[in-house]
Amino acid sequence: MTTNSPDAGPTHKAVEAGVTLLIALFGAIVIYGSVKAGINWGAEGPRAGFFPFYVGIFIIASSAINLWNGLRDGDDALFAEWGQLRQVMSVVLPTAIYVGVMPFTGLYLASIIFIGWFMRWLGKYSWLVVTAVALGMPIVTYLIFERWFLVPLPKGPIEEWLGL
Amino acid sequence: MEELVNLFHGFAVALQPFNIMVMILGIVLGVIIGVLPGLGGANGVAILLPLTFSMPPTSAIIMLSCIYWGALFGGAITSILFNIPGEPWSVATTFDGYPMAQQGKAGEALTAAFTSSFVGALFAVVMITLVAPLVASFALRFGPAEKFAVYFLAFCSFVGLSKEPPFKTIAAMMIGFALAAVGLDSITGQLRLTFGSTELLNGFDFLIAVIGLFGIGEILLTMEEGLAFRGGKAKIDLRVVVQTWKQMPQYWITSLRSCLIGCWMGITPAGATPASFMSYGIAKRVSKHGHNFGKGEVEGVIAPETAAHAAGTAALLPMLSLGVPGSPTAAVLLGGLLIWGLQPGPMLFVEQKEFVWGLIASMYLGNLVGLIVVLTCVPVFAAILRVPFSIIAPLILVLCAIGAYSVHSSTFDVVMMLVFGVVGYLLKKCNYPLAPLVLAIVLGDKAEEAFRQSLLGSQGSLGVFFSNTLVGTIMVLGLVALFWSLIQQGYTRLRTAVA
Repeated sequence: MTTNSPDAGPTHKAVEAGVTLLIALFGAIVIYGSVKAGINWGAEGPRAGFFPFYVGIFIIASSAINLWNGLRDGDDALFAEWGQLRQVMSVVLPTAIYVGVMPFTGLYLASIIFIGWFMRWLGKYSWLVVTAVALGMPIVTYLIFERWFLVPLPKGPIEEWLGL
Repeated sequence: MEELVNLFHGFAVALQPFNIMVMILGIVLGVIIGVLPGLGGANGVAILLPLTFSMPPTSAIIMLSCIYWGALFGGAITSILFNIPGEPWSVATTFDGYPMAQQGKAGEALTAAFTSSFVGALFAVVMITLVAPLVASFALRFGPAEKFAVYFLAFCSFVGLSKEPPFKTIAAMMIGFALAAVGLDSITGQLRLTFGSTELLNGFDFLIAVIGLFGIGEILLTMEEGLAFRGGKAKIDLRVVVQTWKQMPQYWITSLRSCLIGCWMGITPAGATPASFMSYGIAKRVSKHGHNFGKGEVEGVIAPETAAHAAGTAALLPMLSLGVPGSPTAAVLLGGLLIWGLQPGPMLFVEQKEFVWGLIASMYLGNLVGLIVVLTCVPVFAAILRVPFSIIAPLILVLCAIGAYSVHSSTFDVVMMLVFGVVGYLLKKCNYPLAPLVLAIVLGDKAEEAFRQSLLGSQGSLGVFFSNTLVGTIMVLGLVALFWSLIQQGYTRLRTAVA
């Protein structure tokens, strides 16, 4: 299998090594933060950083072993094909935008656009179906959460204008 | 005897019309959650948790636990009809359930699965009724060192019993502990690991982690596989049900064994998934139809389903009596208790009798209602699966966002949910178990508090964890669980050496 074939993708080994290193980095941050908070004994007993400091040590130690085990493994299976990763990103990116605009537009408008986009571009549904689902879901949500169970959800300028 | 009276009071609570209504609602929602990809017991309960904020705690826990039972039932439907396990614990059910469906025996397989789920759950509930009060009254004597020892045992069992590599389990668990430590330190009142960010003042909420890791992560995994459903027809009529029920008693040994495996794996926090695999494996080895397993043997459906349901139910025993949840879903329920203002642990049995026994009684009723609902409504639930993923996926993503937001009414939490989702996808693909991570976030603060209080009492000496027989025994059990796979290896080596 050449690297240019459609079935190519990152190897499992490489991604796993990357993930392990990220976990180790996280462990290092935890240790740094704990040292700042104080890891020794104070007047009130073990100080705030005492417990997380050892947790951080454990994270780094186990990551080192995981890294060693992962690299020793002779298996060069794929983590996923590029096409599959593109599929995953086609969900992650729009969701990131959806989540990012929510504080400004409120949940309802963002949801309508998000569901509509998803169904139209990935599912290729007719506009009629898209509109029905994209409008229906937020309306049902509004009734169940805000009306019946009295759980407030984030609202934007449009909801304010509608006086909801 | 006193327990029996309490249980009767519990039934009186659970049989109130409002509670029966939330019970049925919970079961139906739960089955739907179990059928849909990307929504599982743990994150389904987490998303719907905010709906219960305004309910009385007893009704709230009845609804949430019924969602859990429903999800346990629902997983079997997709496994048998579509060869797609809706939940990890129903993977083993596909081995024989799907071949049976292909041979036109879907109704038989479904009836067997639902009935054995019910049997497993019933067995576990009876066990909870009898054992939980005893454990709780025993645990009332626990000091901080004993409490820490129980947490230690719970987490060690994860390392020893999970099928993932032990050091990955440890890494995942420690990430959870670190996330739990972020924010205000409950003992000294000092801030830590916030690095000046105001959003991190309150730390990471495990509900957000559950929704992200299990919900979003699962959707990303499903997207990658590019799901296409092709499934058989689902129809159950009374004749098939009766016929299957007539057959089932001959498998009573398998059932009993699976119940015991399930209860054991549920109490030690190994959970429903390994229980179902273990039960299937043992049944295959022991049964006289063993060679036929994998080709559509009804015993191969009974074994994993009984064990999974028994384990799922038994996971509530340590949650109720010790405050240590046996599974991620039990952890979410425990989070619910805290939100409703109840303190989980042995004191519940003393202070909140109505709550505890109402819940236990609702387990009996909820599983009975569940059995009836799934037996009668299978075609409806199977139809849900025929809705294409490109419609289901955005709806589930929006639901997850709503769930994450409404926990603290914070849009920052929604961002964190997505971060947890991507992290969950990567960790899952790299074979890191997510359950210990979630449990560590839930129990991190309590475990740390118990640890530091014990050390305070002993002036920093670790000897406090072996200072009396009780705490020493629990700690040794924990160490045995931690090194369980090594002990097993050593034992087999010893035996081959002797032979």
